[in-house]
Amino acid sequence: MITSATLIAASVVSLSLFLCLIRLLRGPSMGDRVLALDTMTVNAIALIILLGIYGGTHLYFEGALLFAMLGFVSTVAFARFILRGDLIE
Amino acid sequence: MIDTLLQFAAVTCLAIGAFFTLVGAIGLLKFDTPMKRLHAPTMVSTLGVGAFLVASIIDSFATGSGSLREILIMAFLFVTAPISANFIAKVHMHRADCNRPPRPGSRIWATYDTDEADQPAEEAA
Amino acid sequence: MARLLEKLIPHPFLSVLLIIVWCLLTNAVHLANVLLAVFLGIVIPLITAPYWRDRPRPLNVIKLVGYIFIAIWDIMVSNLVVTWLILTRPSDKLRSHWLVIPLDIKRPETIAILAGTITLTPGTVSADLSDDGSYLLVHAIDSADPRADAQEIKDRYERRLKEIFE
Repeated sequence: MITSATLIAASVVSLSLFLCLIRLLRGPSMGDRVLALDTMTVNAIALIILLGIYGGTHLYFEGALLFAMLGFVSTVAFARFILRGDLIE
Repeated sequence: MIDTLLQFAAVTCLAIGAFFTLVGAIGLLKFDTPMKRLHAPTMVSTLGVGAFLVASIIDSFATGSGSLREILIMAFLFVTAPISANFIAKVHMHRADCNRPPRPGSRIWATYDTDEADQPAEEAA
Repeated sequence: MARLLEKLIPHPFLSVLLIIVWCLLTNAVHLANVLLAVFLGIVIPLITAPYWRDRPRPLNVIKLVGYIFIAIWDIMVSNLVVTWLILTRPSDKLRSHWLVIPLDIKRPETIAILAGTITLTPGTVSADLSDDGSYLLVHAIDSADPRADAQEIKDRYERRLKEIFE
């Protein structure tokens, strides 16, 4: 039961990743693209967790944690670059 | 018996998570102004991924090797999601992608305070 | 003795948090691991102490727990509300407004927690702070009465945070 539920959930998350991708490509503003990228990162974390449940392993945990950290840092870096035109002051 | 209940709970959490993730993405795609679009992903990162992580915890206990590490990811997302949303709102304001907010009394908003560029701009994230 | 303890553990909350995070990260609670966690929990705050300017004040833990539960409940409820809005309301029928919230709280940490709570609750995003930190700018996706909503945020969250931290 849990296996098929994981597969269904993974396909729904993939669908929402695709919707975010459309927003990323359409824009129109720079902030929208950053927001879409941020949401895609969160969705990717969800996919990694689902993969972990599906495989019955904890090995993917570190991957999800790293993805969360990198996603956050890259979002802040993008936003800061747009705000200041410079990352390291 | 317990096993079935745990599995049922995990499947319910998976369904909730998938639903809210999809609704967040629909909101991101559907709305017409940048500030309205900003509201949709907050629920993806709160209830969507939160429910997936709860499902993962329940499943790990159901299969025997219980682990609570998923709480760490949840805590991390809960702490960082407001900060990234705040930065993106600042980007919208900075690039004038939204209508200009009302002035706060006699002061100005920190994002528009560009004269003192060498001061740290974000006091509260 | 008490002074020594205070010198050794300048930030008790940080120490406890580090111990818990270490145990969760390694996913094993046995003696050696817990001892290592306690060691890290004591050493890391000592090393990073120069970066924490003032000591944490005693805060009302019972009220803090109550606040966390209220916040989680509000997140659940407004998630459902915003889901309904996203699925049924066309976007030109949304009455989105800026809310300007005058702040009574002064400490940056408290303002950060307030802004974080507002953003985590779907439907409202905290966007900016005025240059002197006395006003908070919040964007609401659907608000029939901006003034009343700003007042509700003040009553519901800010008053409680003031009691906990200030």
